[in-house]
Amino acid sequence: MPPPRVIPRSVPLRASCRTAARRRLHSNTLLPVVSRILPSSSPSPTPSQLWCITRRSVSSFSHPTHASAASVLRSNIDTAAEPYTTNLAANTSSVSRLRSLTSRYSLGGSQKAREKHVSRAKMLPRDRIAALLDPGSTFLELSPLAGSGLYSEVDGKSGEEKEVEIAGGGIITGIGVVEGVRCVVVANDSTVKGGTYYPVTVKKHLRAQEVAEVNGLPCIYLVDSGGANLPHQASVFPDRDHFGRIFYNQARMSGKGIPQIAVVMGPCTAGGAYVPAMSDETIIVKEQGHIFLAGPPLVKAATGEEVSAEDLGGGDMHTTVSGVADHLAVDDAHALVLARRAVAGLNWPMKDFAASNGSGSKDAKGYEEPLYPAEELIGLAPSNLRLPLPIHEVIARIVDGSRFSEFKAGYGTTLITGFASIYSQPVGIIANNGVLLSSSALKGAHFIQLCVQRSIPLVFLQNISGFMVGSQAEREGIAKNGAKLVTAVACAEVPKFTVVVGGSYGAGNYGMCGRAYGPRFLWMWPNARIAVMGAEQLASVMGSVGKKGKDTEELKERMERESEAVFSSARLWDDGIIPPQDTRRYLGLGLQAAMGGRDPGSGNKTRFGVFRM
Amino acid sequence: MKTAKRHMRLQQPSRRLAILPTAATAGLAPGTARFSASPATPNATSVPPAATATAAKPITSLLIANRGEIALRINHTARRLGIETTTLFTDPDRNSQHAHCSPNAIPLGAAAGYLDGPRIISLAAERGIRALHPGYGFLSENASFADKVKDAGIAFVGPPGGAMLAMGDKARSKVLMEEAGVPCVPGYHGSEQSAGALKEKAGEIGYPVLLKSVRGGGGKGMRIVETEEEFEGQLESARMEAQASFGEGGEVMLVERYIGRPRHVEVQVFADTHGNVVALGERDCSVQRRHQKILEESPAPNLSEEVRQGLWSKARDAAKAVGYVGAGTVEFILDVDSGRFFFMEMNTRLQVEHPVTEAVCGEDLVEWQLRIASGEKLPKTQEEIEKRMKERGWAIEARIYAESPERGFLPDSGKLVHLKTPPGAQTADPDAEVRIDAGFVEGDTVTEAYDGMIAKLIVRGRDREEAIRKTEQALKSYEVVGPSTNIEFLKKLCNSPSFVEGDVETGFIDKHRKQLFADEMVKDEVFIQASLGLLEASPGQQLGGPHGEPLGFAAPTSRKFEYRVLPPDGTADGEIVNVVVEQDGPALYRALVIRTGQKEKLYENLVSEAMKPEEKGRKVMTFFPTSRLEAKLVRDTTATGQDRVTVFQLGGKTELALLPPSWVAKTGAAKMDEVGVTAPMPCKVLRNEVEEGQKVTKGTPLVVIESMKMETVIRSPQDGIVRKLAHKEGDICKAGTVLVLFEEETSDNNQATRI
Repeated sequence: MPPPRVIPRSVPLRASCRTAARRRLHSNTLLPVVSRILPSSSPSPTPSQLWCITRRSVSSFSHPTHASAASVLRSNIDTAAEPYTTNLAANTSSVSRLRSLTSRYSLGGSQKAREKHVSRAKMLPRDRIAALLDPGSTFLELSPLAGSGLYSEVDGKSGEEKEVEIAGGGIITGIGVVEGVRCVVVANDSTVKGGTYYPVTVKKHLRAQEVAEVNGLPCIYLVDSGGANLPHQASVFPDRDHFGRIFYNQARMSGKGIPQIAVVMGPCTAGGAYVPAMSDETIIVKEQGHIFLAGPPLVKAATGEEVSAEDLGGGDMHTTVSGVADHLAVDDAHALVLARRAVAGLNWPMKDFAASNGSGSKDAKGYEEPLYPAEELIGLAPSNLRLPLPIHEVIARIVDGSRFSEFKAGYGTTLITGFASIYSQPVGIIANNGVLLSSSALKGAHFIQLCVQRSIPLVFLQNISGFMVGSQAEREGIAKNGAKLVTAVACAEVPKFTVVVGGSYGAGNYGMCGRAYGPRFLWMWPNARIAVMGAEQLASVMGSVGKKGKDTEELKERMERESEAVFSSARLWDDGIIPPQDTRRYLGLGLQAAMGGRDPGSGNKTRFGVFRM
Repeated sequence: MKTAKRHMRLQQPSRRLAILPTAATAGLAPGTARFSASPATPNATSVPPAATATAAKPITSLLIANRGEIALRINHTARRLGIETTTLFTDPDRNSQHAHCSPNAIPLGAAAGYLDGPRIISLAAERGIRALHPGYGFLSENASFADKVKDAGIAFVGPPGGAMLAMGDKARSKVLMEEAGVPCVPGYHGSEQSAGALKEKAGEIGYPVLLKSVRGGGGKGMRIVETEEEFEGQLESARMEAQASFGEGGEVMLVERYIGRPRHVEVQVFADTHGNVVALGERDCSVQRRHQKILEESPAPNLSEEVRQGLWSKARDAAKAVGYVGAGTVEFILDVDSGRFFFMEMNTRLQVEHPVTEAVCGEDLVEWQLRIASGEKLPKTQEEIEKRMKERGWAIEARIYAESPERGFLPDSGKLVHLKTPPGAQTADPDAEVRIDAGFVEGDTVTEAYDGMIAKLIVRGRDREEAIRKTEQALKSYEVVGPSTNIEFLKKLCNSPSFVEGDVETGFIDKHRKQLFADEMVKDEVFIQASLGLLEASPGQQLGGPHGEPLGFAAPTSRKFEYRVLPPDGTADGEIVNVVVEQDGPALYRALVIRTGQKEKLYENLVSEAMKPEEKGRKVMTFFPTSRLEAKLVRDTTATGQDRVTVFQLGGKTELALLPPSWVAKTGAAKMDEVGVTAPMPCKVLRNEVEEGQKVTKGTPLVVIESMKMETVIRSPQDGIVRKLAHKEGDICKAGTVLVLFEEETSDNNQATRI
């Protein structure tokens, strides 16, 4: 920085004072103001005195751009050096692995199953979703890798136990825009094991409903499922968060004024029959959708009655006789148009996110993109979690204009806190920049209180090996200070979003809003790891309690595997693995989902008397 | 600059129209007598003001007894000259441009109101209007109307009734012309009208002969008879049409030698009340369809100076022979092979194509008409006119019609959903490089009640080649969505080598039919830009922010568009093209075009910029790997019940229909088409050609309808059995009304199985 220019207090300056004073004298406008701001008792200073006395070394005119300029993050990354190059290579290969896995999963079931599905003039579930959503909008899919490597079955021929691929858990869920309304879409994929519910299918369905409920988003169920997967019935049917919870959620959400719309595009047998039956509005596809408590074979076995599926629970019957369904569609495309019409009829309060983006058109957006390319996040994400991740660099590639108003920048520096905006939506960012110390925990708790007071959503960027250990830390009260952070996180009623950009270990996971702390969404980068502790530490802990040798090695290996992102995503510990460069857009879509729901207080106030049914 | 000059000229003392509170103006409403022509102009030629010539009558107010573009055209000049104008309008024209262009507009009621002479005269008299301009068509060549206007003390802007009468009767005019030494086509123009006598005369003249109503004009009541055998049939048909068009007396026919390769060349003449006559050059109007002109130009191409001068002098002789006053057109038929020309008829009015003459002469002919009607002398001498014409080059007029050239120039009507005229075009300005005289603006409806001319495009160039090039350029930026138009056809005309060479004749379109109606393959880029435009217009695109691009590891969502090319001939079996579009990034797309019988073609790295939607339609700018294309898209879901997308790209127009989803057919909406035949346009049913229960094959005539005074035969689109004739003779039908219903094809089988 060049040294400030010293102006000698000599003639020229005074001369300039005088000139300025003369100018003011002539202008006539300043004088009344001067007399108002000075105490009337004191003798009025002459204008020249005023200007010379109040002369200051800084400007008193604070232009709004100053604050903004002060918060622009500077990037200092060498993309041609370590560790960027190593990270880039490692992450690029994992990204391409994930890309191919995801694209395989997004096909759904086997080629044969898909061909059979299409031959019945049915649309594939992803085509159904595409047709349902507004063109040009982006579908925020949840956990596309759910179910990966979870199940194995004994092969009928060879008798060997083989892994079965339940692509995406046999169900597609996510948030999409229908007629301008952000909705949760739950679509069974009947090409995957007939769309039957495996335990992970139930979990994914319930998670989608949870997303709908906490964010107040209408639900659209594209039903095409054979019901519970019978061999797995014990882990699907009885428990609290099993099959029955789906209908419980439907009833509770409907009660809260969150619309439930079902499109019956395939079988809905037994318990499944309640999805349409419990919906506010139901569309059924003629000669394709069926709703009954027991199918024709079971009916025959039970009562001897012989009846066709269409007569027993077809669209014609339900829309004309039973009233179980409300609208009859001739095919999938028609049914989806009717579903769109149903959404258009919700009288949903439209939140114009575009308005905050300026005029709403793409040309005149009210926000700035980050100054640095998001693609560089691939090289920033640490492939070896022992290496530090310069978190400011990450923030600079996520927030509007790379502007970050850091809070308590000099205190508790292992946790970075500050305000920023994502697509014009203000957010508070809490990001790890090392191990959590007492001071950083306190800083985090303080910052969360600020955000809650101001109703600003929180974004957690997690890369944490845990809270600090050791006598000094314990003496500082790391346990109680950590508890403050955990309490603040747990109780904060603003929407929370978590992105695991590195490690997520131990109590750090809690303090940084892990899954148990109810973030609206939790996403993982491909390089992220989640576990109670690092595999090596775990192995050494186990070693110290007596287990040694081969077992420990195996355990370590298993631990490595189990802390991988795909392992987590398969089990729905998160809402999906995301490419680091898309982090900003995921957060943006998540924020819109969180802000796009109906205000719970605005539900209808109608109270009915008792109907005699 | 030149307009200013014209104003200047008006104010020069020598030419000023002075206030003359003479006897002629006495008794008129005060304040209306603001100027009149001074008879004592220095420009006066040797001919002294005739004692019988109308005394200087000031034109201070003008009733424009016409509609559409010509009413607007006349109004434009009259207002420029400071004349208070009044226009008329009928019920169908209530919201039309001419009804609103003047400070005074008078309603006339039903559609035929423009023909109600007595009413129009009494309206003009009541309001103390000093002059009446009849425009063209309607009452413009009605001699008794012209006389009655004069009797009511109103100046008629046109020739005296006598001259009109003389030229109006084709037989009489021939006699007069022959007397005056103007060559005529050999033929019979006598009063013996029995079919036998006419046939005998035809034999004398020699086949092929032309049958024409003495009242005829505009190709109505006109038939070519090739052989003796078909004479009677054609005569009857011509008489019926003539009677329908011209009423009583229309059935009187004349027989003429039919000239095989004729050119239609006409001379614009002007005569004043002082005995002066000038010819303002000639126009070639050979490019015609249904005996009506569509392209006119001046000068006529490939004409020797000798022939040209001959035409002019004979035209002046013709005018003089009938004591003509005002603007008139002497039409000649020019035999391409022999170079000889014959008098055909004289149109005793200002013609549709007068702007080409205005362009080559630099004169405002309506101003001339008004000056002459107020008793002034001709503003220019023959020498002055010829000198100007030499300086001013060539002019072409293209008539933009609401019609479908591919369907035999069948007239069309409907709302002009989108209308964009070539940039820089001016109205009613003889000095304009590109001029458009139009009666319609966007949002107006072309009604079936009147002629379907939307506009006239007049282009001026240094020479013929430049004029043609500029005409084509202007046509390329002329965008019309709504009714079918002949714009695409006109573009092809401009590209026709024979036309460019000036090898024109009245049979031009038939002769070059193959080239002019060649099928053109729609380029892939049209479908791609249509899809990109539709995608950009979709509501999801307005979300902005994080929306639009693909997200995460998932493949981008693809959108499939199904189009059917709407062939201009109105048939339903246009090519079906599928386009699959995927968005790869911000403004970055890829598109797969799937056409039957062709390999699928993938277009990658298409950068398409979102452009601001315009009031009507949307612009799409796309960078293809090797080119940048701009297209304009207009989507119209209202008029036809079809989701129609019109694409203007590289100066060409393509109409596409977005195919309805599969379920539309299944839900029973719009199933009618498949089993019935509908009226292609608003019409009157003349007769049913089939009976209920009759078996028909594809192409069998089913119903004959009449629209815009044109008979059209509706033919069967399929083999089948007529179940029901929905309308009887004389019924008035809207476009899209079912005329004939067929038995459903499978009904036979069904019945069989049921029994």
